[in-house]
Amino acid sequence: MLEVRQQYSFYGILLYIGATIFVLFMAIEEPESKVWNGLFWVIQLFICINAVAKSFLQESKGRMLYFYSIASPTAFVLSKLLFNSLLMLVMSVLSLLLFTLFLGNPMLKAGQFVGLVLLGGWSLSLVFSFLAAIAAKAQQNAAIMAVLGFPIIIPQLILLMRLSNAAFAPLLTIPVSTVLLLVALDAMIILLAVILFPFLWKD
Amino acid sequence: MYKSWWKIASIALLIYTFIAGFLWEVPRLPLLQETIRNLYFHVCMWFAMMILFTVSVVNAIRYLRTFNLKYDIYARHFAVVAIVFGLLGYLTGAIWASYTWADPNKPAINSFSTIARDPKLIGAAIALLVYFAYLILRDSIQDMDKRARISAVYNIFAYAILFPAIWILPRILPSLHPGNEDNPALDVKNDISGSMRIVFYPAVIGWTLLGVWITTLKIRFTLLKEKKMMP
Repeated sequence: MLEVRQQYSFYGILLYIGATIFVLFMAIEEPESKVWNGLFWVIQLFICINAVAKSFLQESKGRMLYFYSIASPTAFVLSKLLFNSLLMLVMSVLSLLLFTLFLGNPMLKAGQFVGLVLLGGWSLSLVFSFLAAIAAKAQQNAAIMAVLGFPIIIPQLILLMRLSNAAFAPLLTIPVSTVLLLVALDAMIILLAVILFPFLWKD
Repeated sequence: MYKSWWKIASIALLIYTFIAGFLWEVPRLPLLQETIRNLYFHVCMWFAMMILFTVSVVNAIRYLRTFNLKYDIYARHFAVVAIVFGLLGYLTGAIWASYTWADPNKPAINSFSTIARDPKLIGAAIALLVYFAYLILRDSIQDMDKRARISAVYNIFAYAILFPAIWILPRILPSLHPGNEDNPALDVKNDISGSMRIVFYPAVIGWTLLGVWITTLKIRFTLLKEKKMMP
């Protein structure tokens, strides 16, 4: 895939994570857990846009034509989703590490929070992969992806932030039903992507 | 939809709504008092918006099945009119909230940021933002077929994620807005009495028909324009 061919873009995202979190480190020191949580998810969102947008926007037209000739749209979109999910999972873990390193560690239930971060990273990558496909077809830049994606991602972000708030409070437990709801939403996004992508694909 | 009976029905229902809505008895609830009459307008706006967005999505699906550009135009105009209804819903809601939710000791505008955190308002804001984005996406593409295809795909994708979220979120987050326990929009059994229901349901139908009427006019105008451009 693209990141293997153009390794600089992969390192670019790594540097993006590092630089953003370093700026935050300069801007505030040791935020309280609620602020930490909010900042963390906003940074996740921006990392996701930058990491995932490349997957479609930087593919050249010729290469898309090549993919078109060798693979079915379903296989193509599924492979893209899978790759972006893996990429985003790695990035999530990395940004979590940097966050705890630079901005302190207010987590009380670290294991659960890591699970939520992985789930959240996965949800974000799925939604933005599909939106990147739309934006790429519309021949637009990453800005339109933000316009298209932010309203759609807000409900999931609200759920994620509420869930992860529970990971900081000693008395709250994380409701399993909400986690299942997020997983169900992700499953639905995959299904929609598989159904709708063939329409985007042909030109 | 070129027949006229449903247009007459729409006008008749709306006249009925205005007369009955402003003059008939309403239950006096603490805090709400006479503002409860806003139910016939505020809630109907959101119902009409939801219905029109749904019609827009149905037309997007029809476009992807047939590739007839007519359905793309339908989908766009239904979305635009639904946005207008959504804005009107906010307007009527703001009037209502300034009498019921706002802190009476301060100017109503100071309560804005507290009120705007309500999950139903967030949901409605997301819906409007999604469809604004839809319009921007659709109008940013020059090629007609491509525009129709991509915007239809986004329309369906956004709707499919958005509407479950709108129905689920209010059940999870705390809210002042009525209808918290069961139905996110309003609890028909407990919130409105029988005498209000006989005004409320016709009002919903009347406002929705009015929205459809406006949309068909816009669609016919656009179709005529397109016909002139490509004979």
